[in-house]
Amino acid sequence: MAETRKLVTDPLIENNPIILQTLGICSALAVTSSLEVSLIMCIALTSVTAFSNLSISLIRHQVPGSIRIIVQMVIIASLVIVVDQILKAYAYEISKTLSVFVGLIITNCIVMGRAEAYAMQNPPLASFLDGVGNGLGYSAILISVAVIRELFGAGTLLGLEILPLVKNGGWYEPNGLLLLPPSAFFIIGCFIWILRTVKTKQREKIAFQIMDVQVKEHA
Amino acid sequence: MAERPSWIQRILSVPNDNPWKTVGVAVVLCLVCSVVVSATAVGLRDLQEANKREEVRRNILEVSGLMRPDADIDELFKQVEPRIVDLRTGSFTDAVDYEDYVQRDAARDPATSVALTADEDIASIRRKAHYAKVYLVKDAQGSVNTVILPVHGYGLWSTLYGYLAVKPDGREVIGLQFYEHAETPGLGGEVDNPSWRGQWPGKLLFDDDGDLRIEVVKGAAASGPEGIYQVDGLAGATLTSRGVNNLVRFWADENGFGPFLNNLQQELADNG
Repeated sequence: MAETRKLVTDPLIENNPIILQTLGICSALAVTSSLEVSLIMCIALTSVTAFSNLSISLIRHQVPGSIRIIVQMVIIASLVIVVDQILKAYAYEISKTLSVFVGLIITNCIVMGRAEAYAMQNPPLASFLDGVGNGLGYSAILISVAVIRELFGAGTLLGLEILPLVKNGGWYEPNGLLLLPPSAFFIIGCFIWILRTVKTKQREKIAFQIMDVQVKEHA
Repeated sequence: MAERPSWIQRILSVPNDNPWKTVGVAVVLCLVCSVVVSATAVGLRDLQEANKREEVRRNILEVSGLMRPDADIDELFKQVEPRIVDLRTGSFTDAVDYEDYVQRDAARDPATSVALTADEDIASIRRKAHYAKVYLVKDAQGSVNTVILPVHGYGLWSTLYGYLAVKPDGREVIGLQFYEHAETPGLGGEVDNPSWRGQWPGKLLFDDDGDLRIEVVKGAAASGPEGIYQVDGLAGATLTSRGVNNLVRFWADENGFGPFLNNLQQELADNG
C-alpha cells in the first residue's frame, strides 16, 4: 500500500519530472500565462501519461525490442489525437488557445520517458499510477507557475480580477514580463533553486571543476 | 495431460526478436490505434462542427458590435439574415442556397470561381468565387443597420479570414475582425488585439467622390482629415499590416464588393 502511494506522491516533490529531471519544460513555458489554460494542459498531459503507461505496460511482453520506441510513439500519438479531438469537441475556446501545444504532448519527454523507463518493466496498475503521479508532478509545477504569472502579470486568476489594475481604476500595475514565456524560465529556475536548497539530496554532483587560473605576477 | 495451446497462445509465445512477429506487432498495433483514432474523430465530428458554426456566429456578432459577454447567441442571431451576393453584378441572388454555400470551397472550383490576374490579385487569393455569403443585421424595426462582408487575403504566413462590417451607406466601417489566421503571435497576431481592432469603427472606405481611400499605413494614422481613411500599422508586423491593407482594399474595390457597396442602398430597399 505504501509502495503504491509512493508511486503517485513521489514525483510531486521528491522526484519531480520538471524540477528534478528538467523534462517537459517547453510546454511549461508556453502555456502557463493563464491558469485556466494550464489546468486543461495538466489534465491532458496527465491522462496521456497515465493511459500511455497503462497500454504500453499491458503489451510490454510482446513488444519486439527493435521497434519498441516506435510502438511507444504510435500509442502516445494516438492518445494525443484522441485528447485533442475531445478538447475540440468539449472545450473549443481553450483548444484554440492551446493549439499546437496539445499536439506537442507527443514530444513531451515526460510521457516518453515514463513509458520507456517505467512502463516497459512494470505491471499495468503500477504503471498507470506512475503515469498519474508524474502527470501530477508536472501539473503541480505548471499550476504554481501559472498562478504566479497570471496573478502578477494580469492581476487575475481564472479570469477573475484579484488585484485591481491601475487601468481599471485600481492600484496594481501589472508586470508585463510575466506574461511573456521567458518569465516562466525564471520562475522554474527559482523553484529548482529553492527545492535544492531545502533538499540538498537533489543537488547534482559537480560534473567537472572549473580550473582555478593562477594569476602569476609578472615581474 | 496438458491442453494444447490455442493459436493465440502460440502466436504470443513466438520470441520477440522473430522478424515476422515484429511485422505482426507493428501491423496489429497500427490497426488498433487507427480504429481508436478514427472512432474518436467520427464520433466527435458533430460536436466539433457545431462548435465551428457557433464560432462563426460569435464572430459575426462581435464584428457588428452586438456581442455582450453573457449574451444568448441564438437570441441575438435572430436579428441576422444571411444572403448571397453575386460578386459579378453586385446584387443579391438566390442562385445558390446560403445554408450549404461554402465560399472557400467554391473559390477552388473553376465552375464557381474566376482566376484573378496578377494585377487584380492584390490580396494574393488567386481565385475568387462568384458568390459571397454576406450577413445583414437588422434593428428592432427590421431595417438593416449593418452589412457584414466576408474578406480574406494573404498576410505573412497565412491567409487571414475575417469579416468586415459596414454601415448601409457602404462607406463607413463598423468593424474588422479575423476568425482564422496563423500570423506570428505577438506581432502579426495582434490583428486580434481589441485595441487595434478598435481603430476601425468610424473609418471611411471611400471619399465623397467614391474613390477607394482606406489604407493601413506604416506607423500612426494621420491626425488631419486624412486620418478618417487611415488605420495604424501593427508595430513589428509590416507584412501582416500590408496584407490586411491589401485584403481590405481588394474586397472594397471593384473586383470585390465594390459594385455591391455601390448599389447597396438600392439593393437593401429592394430586399425589403
